[in-house]
Amino acid sequence: MALQAGTPDTFPKLLLQHAAGRGNDPAIREKDLGIWQTWTWRGMRDEIEWLACGLAQAGLAPGAHIAVIGANRPRLYWTLTAAQALGAIPVPFYEDAVANEMTYVFQDAEIAFAVVEDQEQADKLFEIMPQCPKLRHIWYDDARGLKHYTQPELASYESLREAGRAYAKANPGFFAERIAAGKGGDPAIMMYTSGTTGNPKGVVLTHDNLVLSSRAYAELEGLRPEEEVLAYLPMAWIGQNLFSYAQWMAVGFRINCIESGETMLTDMREIGPTYYFAPPRVLEALLTQVTIRMEDASAGKRWIFRHFMDLARRVGARILDGEPVPALERLHYAIGKLLVYGPLRNALGMSRIRVAYTAGEAIGPDLFVFYRSLGINLKQLYGSTETSVMVCVQPNGQVKPDTVGPPMKGVEVRVLDSGEIVLKCPGLFRAYYKNDDATREAKDAEGWFHTGDAGFFDETGHLKIIDRAKDVGKLSDGTLFAPKYLENKLKFFPYVKEAVAFGHAKAEATAMINIDVQAVGDWAERRGIPYSGYTDLAAKAQVVDLIRECVEKVNADLARDPKLSGSQIHRFVILHKELDADDGELTRTRKVRRGFIGEKYATIVDALYSGTERCLVEAQVRFEDGRTGTVRAELPINRAKTFAAEPARAAA
Amino acid sequence: MNLRELDAQETGRRIGDVILAVDSVSLAFGGVKALTDVSFDVREHEIRAIIGPNGAGKSSMLNVINGVYHPQSGRITYLGKTEAAMRPHDAARRGIARTFQSLALFKGMSVLENILAGRNLMMKSNLLLQALRVGPALREEIAHRKRCEEIIDFLEIQHVRKTQVGRLPYGLQKRVDLGRALAAEPRVLLLDEPMAGMNVEEKQDMSRFILDVNDEFGTTIVLIEHDMGVVMDLSDRVVVLDYGRKIADGTPDEVRASQAVIDAYLGVKH
Amino acid sequence: MNDTLGRNLTGAFFVLLALGAGSPMIFGEARLPQWLEVVLGGLMSGVLYSLVALGLVLIFKASGVFNFAQGAMVLFAALSLVRLMEKLPFAVALVATLAIMVVLAWLVERLVLRHLVNQDGIVLFMATLGIAYFLDGLGQTIWGSDIYTLDIGMPKEPKILLEKTFEGGILVNMEDLIAALLAATLVAVLALFFQKTGTGRALRAVADDHQAAQSIGIPLNRIWVIIWSVAGLVALVAGVIWGSKLGVQFSLQLVALKALPVVILGGFTSIPGAIIGGLIIGLGEKISEVYLGPLLGGGIENWFAYVLALVFLLFKPEGLFGERHIDRV
Repeated sequence: MALQAGTPDTFPKLLLQHAAGRGNDPAIREKDLGIWQTWTWRGMRDEIEWLACGLAQAGLAPGAHIAVIGANRPRLYWTLTAAQALGAIPVPFYEDAVANEMTYVFQDAEIAFAVVEDQEQADKLFEIMPQCPKLRHIWYDDARGLKHYTQPELASYESLREAGRAYAKANPGFFAERIAAGKGGDPAIMMYTSGTTGNPKGVVLTHDNLVLSSRAYAELEGLRPEEEVLAYLPMAWIGQNLFSYAQWMAVGFRINCIESGETMLTDMREIGPTYYFAPPRVLEALLTQVTIRMEDASAGKRWIFRHFMDLARRVGARILDGEPVPALERLHYAIGKLLVYGPLRNALGMSRIRVAYTAGEAIGPDLFVFYRSLGINLKQLYGSTETSVMVCVQPNGQVKPDTVGPPMKGVEVRVLDSGEIVLKCPGLFRAYYKNDDATREAKDAEGWFHTGDAGFFDETGHLKIIDRAKDVGKLSDGTLFAPKYLENKLKFFPYVKEAVAFGHAKAEATAMINIDVQAVGDWAERRGIPYSGYTDLAAKAQVVDLIRECVEKVNADLARDPKLSGSQIHRFVILHKELDADDGELTRTRKVRRGFIGEKYATIVDALYSGTERCLVEAQVRFEDGRTGTVRAELPINRAKTFAAEPARAAA
Repeated sequence: MNLRELDAQETGRRIGDVILAVDSVSLAFGGVKALTDVSFDVREHEIRAIIGPNGAGKSSMLNVINGVYHPQSGRITYLGKTEAAMRPHDAARRGIARTFQSLALFKGMSVLENILAGRNLMMKSNLLLQALRVGPALREEIAHRKRCEEIIDFLEIQHVRKTQVGRLPYGLQKRVDLGRALAAEPRVLLLDEPMAGMNVEEKQDMSRFILDVNDEFGTTIVLIEHDMGVVMDLSDRVVVLDYGRKIADGTPDEVRASQAVIDAYLGVKH
Repeated sequence: MNDTLGRNLTGAFFVLLALGAGSPMIFGEARLPQWLEVVLGGLMSGVLYSLVALGLVLIFKASGVFNFAQGAMVLFAALSLVRLMEKLPFAVALVATLAIMVVLAWLVERLVLRHLVNQDGIVLFMATLGIAYFLDGLGQTIWGSDIYTLDIGMPKEPKILLEKTFEGGILVNMEDLIAALLAATLVAVLALFFQKTGTGRALRAVADDHQAAQSIGIPLNRIWVIIWSVAGLVALVAGVIWGSKLGVQFSLQLVALKALPVVILGGFTSIPGAIIGGLIIGLGEKISEVYLGPLLGGGIENWFAYVLALVFLLFKPEGLFGERHIDRV
């Protein structure tokens, strides 16, 4: 798949095209001081020109890296394009990254320039400056609290913009010339993968990678310039970048920057996005809000809600998939749409959604089906930073809860004997920055990218992902052990917040579990069980029984799968503290670091396999105010029932 | 050296002349003496704390400044004008805003409406124009709304701007209270135990907001608090009251070193 | 838990109300057109109760005073208007009466309320009792104590509507209909005033918390004058409507007392409560009078409202929409 001659092949060229062709259309909105402010494509083009000129004057050279740190703000988006116009490469950061996590990236990418949102981000950069001597310029968007900063490196975005504006006036051709010099094969952005082990790796993606991926999605879903998209996920996440930047530029739709994380739902209701992307945890949080509100409602309302949600579960998804449904049930569903689904979709800000995607982690079947049964076309996809999220998508009408769909057009996918998925696609990254070893390891001589994920194709050609390939282990008797698969199955229960499964090279599988303090807390309150906090709640005998039930349901489920039946969970521990990214137990994207946890809680792992009844632990915790302390607890080792493997059933 | 001194040195924040002076004020309720012959002054742009054990007369002092209580003797000089007492809405008109220890928010109204109400004094256009929302009244309403939104942004309460105040958690209500006081763009801001009943994190947030208000808007702040740690970090100067009498007055370090204070307050665990 | 119980009680009440109002239809006792006539008649007199109740609630919310003089204000306003109309055209007389009511509000604040700040509710209540008798006397002294007819050109002829739909159509008293529309307009205007203007915001602020309102520079005195003026306006409209219907006479005061059960039903602090409470009582007494009257003997219209209020005082003292704890009384 190659680009047609004449079509813009870089993001700045796309910008110029939109600004010239449909300059008065809205391009980006931001809710500021309670009101949505809009910039048109032409207005945005000018802003980006001034910014690019300012950056060029400040010395941003082609090929250099520039850090972009903060929440979804128009000016930060503009920085991406302005840098790209100059042939420089933006490196977005997670806004909640702590200073010492940023040091490595600044050193690795030799970053000299940074555009940051506010004081909080600026403070972090000043903290790491002694280790990152190359860092010369920091521009900030929001001046609050920075009035008295005297550091010479610091300047306001406005000053940069005004300097650029003057330069642009004096050199009117500069911006267009620099853009014309760019090529599709140039690096467009560098995104660091968080990596569960070792240092993060900088993934270099070219304009071609991202533009081709974007166009593939646009074609698949028929994306139009009228789409409204909510920009609310971290800019440093490839998902956000592809859906709110690359596709935005490629299709020319509108993105809407939310006011703050806490106002997300309100902002979403006001905008009514037509095209939406959300990781499962966001969908989960939205559902929780609905559930809580329904629990407070009057008995009559609750009955109506339950009645129609039951109906939706039976027929909603089938109606969405265009399957035959009896006329009476259709009518019934239509009434439900009037009474429940419509108002509910409206409350979720999802009334206008045509296409919604979820990705990033496995989604629980109940959660997935909930949204689809409301008539929201939620679909799963599979991809990664290295592939520009261009691997598999569920096509309309063929959506299953446990697969990610067939490969997209132009993507080749194979499953190796080891179970690992390898692929070739136009979105495939060029290289890991300054890390040829890693690049060679990921991309083999024939150009196949080793995803590191394990999975298989089902009988309809849809890909099913079960775990990271390296994590897929074997019990001591040789049975397949896919820890993440077990953990996800556990986490699909509302009471389980996190789970960590162990079993490689052991006789049996076991698990550590974090309860969801909200859900279990509500559960306990309804039963009149008093508790003082997480640790206390986790230690209650009733809670242990509750979790045991969950584990046993997972076991019963596993027993049905001949490949995985051997990895039923025999024993589990409910952890005394919540796993936390600040303690290094989770990644910034909230994935458990199994290895780290295994080492940190080695005593618990030992106890799980030593046959003792209890185990004594100590753990370092970091409080919100930065102090650290020790939590001590004695944890019971709990047993769970396992089930005999069912004989493989003939395919129905 | 405390945080404030450091800050003042680094930033060159200038503390001005005396803006408010309390002279020999005594106040009694029936036979009970709440304040006895208390005098102190407040300089422009400073953060001035009034501390003391429970029942020391701190709240009474604030209510005297604000005009809620009229002292039996003594005078108050504010912006060069000396009076026996002010009336509350006159105090407000002349640039003194306050918050309340036991929140006195308009619970039935939204956060935004509460803060807009704080700008009541500045609303100029007449009733009819307001009702019709035309011409200057509309422009005025928009201007007020903008200013209130800036305060909402400043206090980071965007997510609850349309929420009824009565339904907010305590810590947020405290912030709304501060926001409403700020809406009047006061020269002097009286804070009545702004951290009472808060957890550590909420206290830190509130401290930051108080410092930011002082820093960004140059607002003079008079604050009552019994959490000593907070006060010492925040204030430029501290008055200590005990049983309605002033027992110390000075910088946090001076006050900390005062034997009378140690006896009356610091030495007492509570 | 309590909250749910309260909500369920309210819900149950509305279900009962609907059943009660609908029962003559459901049990086949009545013909639809006739029943509609009764319901309409009830709702229209209900609007008038709402109007007086609104005056009570406004003053109660803003100053914590239960204004016993509201009925006297209705009479006083009607009297003033009717006597001024003898010499002046209607429009001028109306404006002049309004001016009198504003002056009255100002005097009440100046001479009474200002001196009773921070007194107990009962003291303020007694004061309004005094105001009520004073107004009675003043009205009779200035304007005389005869019965006057107030003719503001309302059509007295009933009209037959919906003739095509029902045989014989339904008979509607045009006077009542216009009165109801007038009252509804006034309520809408007041709602806009309260929700959308800075002054309205200040009034609500005072209603919510006196001390806080003062501290942000809202002058209580001026707010009281405004609120008593608004109550005066409401009294004037009620006086005009009732006066033109029943004649301006002493018994207007007593009709105005119906507002008391209305606020008990709706809740002392709730403006929507006053409106809905008025409608419920108007509707309830008409329906029970017409359909239960033959069974229980007549006169239900006279006691229905008070019995309903009594039931509410026993089981739900805060009313349908009121705040649970009324501290200020």
